Amino acid sequence: MKRVLSGNEAIARGAWEAGVHLAAAYPGTPSTEILEELSRFPHVYCEWSTNEKVAVDVAVGAAYAGRRALAAMKHVGLNVAADSFFYASFTGAEAGLVLVSADDPAMHSSQNEQDNRRFAQFARVPCLEPADSQECKDFTIAAFDLSERFDAPVMLRTTTRTNHSSGPVELGERADRAPRRDKFPRDTAKYVMIPANARKRHPLVEQRARDVAAWAEKSPLNRIEWRDRAVGVITAGVAYQYAREVMPAASVLKLGLVYPIPEQLVRAFVAGVSRLIVLEELDPVIEEQVRMLGIACEGKSIFPLCGELDPSVVRQAAAAAGLAVDHAPVEVAALPKPELPARPPVLCAGCPHRGVFQLLSKKKVPVTGDIGCYTLGLLPPLSAIHTCGCMGAGIGVAHGAARAGIGERMVAVIGDSTFYHTGLPALANVAYNQANVLVVILDNRTTAMTGHQANPGTGITLGHQDTRVIELEPLVRALGIEHVATVDSYDVDGLEKAYKELMSHDQPAVLVARRECALLPEIRKQWVPLEVVEEKCTGCGICFRIGCPAILKSEELDAKSGKPLALIDPDQCTGCEVCSQLCPHDAIPTRDQMRLAEERQPASCSTPVSGGN
Amino acid sequence: MASPKAYSFVLVGVGGQGTLLASNILAEVGLAAGFDVKKSEVHGMAQRGGSVLSHVRWDAERVYSPIVGMGEADLLLSFEKMEALRFAEFLKPGGTAIVNDMAVVPITVSSGSAVYPGDEHLRRVFEALRAELVMVPGERLAQEAGNVKAANVVLLGAISRLLPLPEATWWECLSQRVPKKYLDLNRVAFASGRAAVAPTPAATPA
Repeated sequence: MKRVLSGNEAIARGAWEAGVHLAAAYPGTPSTEILEELSRFPHVYCEWSTNEKVAVDVAVGAAYAGRRALAAMKHVGLNVAADSFFYASFTGAEAGLVLVSADDPAMHSSQNEQDNRRFAQFARVPCLEPADSQECKDFTIAAFDLSERFDAPVMLRTTTRTNHSSGPVELGERADRAPRRDKFPRDTAKYVMIPANARKRHPLVEQRARDVAAWAEKSPLNRIEWRDRAVGVITAGVAYQYAREVMPAASVLKLGLVYPIPEQLVRAFVAGVSRLIVLEELDPVIEEQVRMLGIACEGKSIFPLCGELDPSVVRQAAAAAGLAVDHAPVEVAALPKPELPARPPVLCAGCPHRGVFQLLSKKKVPVTGDIGCYTLGLLPPLSAIHTCGCMGAGIGVAHGAARAGIGERMVAVIGDSTFYHTGLPALANVAYNQANVLVVILDNRTTAMTGHQANPGTGITLGHQDTRVIELEPLVRALGIEHVATVDSYDVDGLEKAYKELMSHDQPAVLVARRECALLPEIRKQWVPLEVVEEKCTGCGICFRIGCPAILKSEELDAKSGKPLALIDPDQCTGCEVCSQLCPHDAIPTRDQMRLAEERQPASCSTPVSGGN
Repeated sequence: MASPKAYSFVLVGVGGQGTLLASNILAEVGLAAGFDVKKSEVHGMAQRGGSVLSHVRWDAERVYSPIVGMGEADLLLSFEKMEALRFAEFLKPGGTAIVNDMAVVPITVSSGSAVYPGDEHLRRVFEALRAELVMVPGERLAQEAGNVKAANVVLLGAISRLLPLPEATWWECLSQRVPKKYLDLNRVAFASGRAAVAPTPAATPA
């Protein structure tokens, strides 16, 4: 039976069919759906781990225990997990251990662009790269087999285009696997990486890479497609699709295993073609391996190093290099377009972070940000964030600036999930080394950016089981932070009061700004849109300056100032009342005020708010 | 339509408009009709009110690239007027653009720092592409069917009229994707979208 599956759904399906026992991940685009999907299958333990390093250790533990295990993450997650990835390469395991690295060329949802095939090569870990959804499933199964055959972790490297593209996939059944061990191994020479043991492991790891390369000569994961011999293209992953589309006549060596590459197969292909091209996205990982064999080839001299490939990019570059293409590059006509307003992602209407950023913007303090929806606090008109590097970086950066003597009071903002991920050790450092940093934990009770995943603060697991909530305030106090306050994120005055109090001490402080994400399904049901009272609005524009997408400029102008009045879009407004509190003319009644007004004047109650427009 | 053997679609809109559900259904319809299919989209920031772009390709033999090259889409289906302008370059000269008659005003416009383009630009841009421009009042027809949120189904109805597949194939795929209690509503929405578009000669079911 064939079903249309995304690459991520196909990886989950493949892992399940391969008899995986455990899977762990931290959410991150474009990898998140792998665990969400896998957690719906029976007989697999799945969890959101607190971060990617923990997820890899959890998977390693399961594989040491003789159970097939998978860890999934976005490319930058492997930066966090790199330490574990390297020791796992040295130790190997007792059962299949697969690490999915979902890279994000073009940085659709990431802070940097990196090619994690480099990590596979770096750690001498075999690396498979699927080209479509069917291969996502097939290669996941192959990765488990390969891992057990060579006692190595195996990387399944995908890119956004394979994770988030869908295509038909032939479904199979689960191969139920008995655990390969009854007891945890006590093989200390293999699993205790003290220098004396690790020194003995390193030559084995190098030999393993050579063995995998030799095995790859005959593996069906790699294949030559002979067509016209004038041009031969070595390619892998989604780039294979572009090669076939744009250069349909060319012979192709399609590598499923991109590290290590099979020398004899490459030589046989090279001998059969006149001009050798390597087509791959991001780094010249295959190209360099081919060159290391002493074979001349063209690759990054033709195709771009940065960004994502697509048929247009490949066709343009190939045609410019004199390669035969399916048709001439399409001349994109200069269309008579006006300058189009940008549609940047914005903090949603009702976003609980808005009140905090409104305050920080007003205070003009330097703010170190972090990774999550709240990074959007950098955008005008709030313009309240001044740095954002990676998960958990903001607190350390604020501490460093403070300790170096910048003289300004530093504020770090971090989301709840990111705080549990890597904010915690950074805050321990602030407490230990006593910088006068104010850390604002933006606690919206979910991992919002990646689509509302549970985290240690939510009291629920990936498997929808109730669990204990790791409360932020006692945790922060236990670290030794004395000045801790909690405020409802929608309480504009309360935030300012707490801010002033916490900043009055020349010591570490934590403000927990708490309110559920307005997009959580149960919160959506409580939305009550507010309305502007036109007679009171003067068009002063204060409410426009909080960047709420529900507050529009009316076509009505104020008689005195000639400025447009405010207008609230009832389809977007959640009724958070941040604008009500900021309006100096009381022109946006709160829910309570609306209710009171209606009770007093039942005859002239406001028009019912419809869902239409 | 250039070739009845292969179709490339580009679907654009704004996060929250149901663009992704529509592309899922379009891919499934292609598979049910016997095509090889691929669909590609980008998640992540899309939920936060940004532009959404998704690609669907059908081929009687085999689809390679999951994304449509610039100037290679047979059909551009836009859920929002300005997004149709933004992504117009994807459309093949002589292709068809189905555009929902709906403006979702971005914050750059509501804050007064930019101006939302007028409808005359749509006509001018698609004329320059020698493309057919079909405007569909998606929200109005969906509202008439019973719920404004069914605008994406209205648009699927509209696009179905331009493709040579039996209506039943569309309805089978659609009915599996929408909640049972909304089946009748969606049936009306789909039919009204279909009725809003004149069929092209190529779209007569074989």
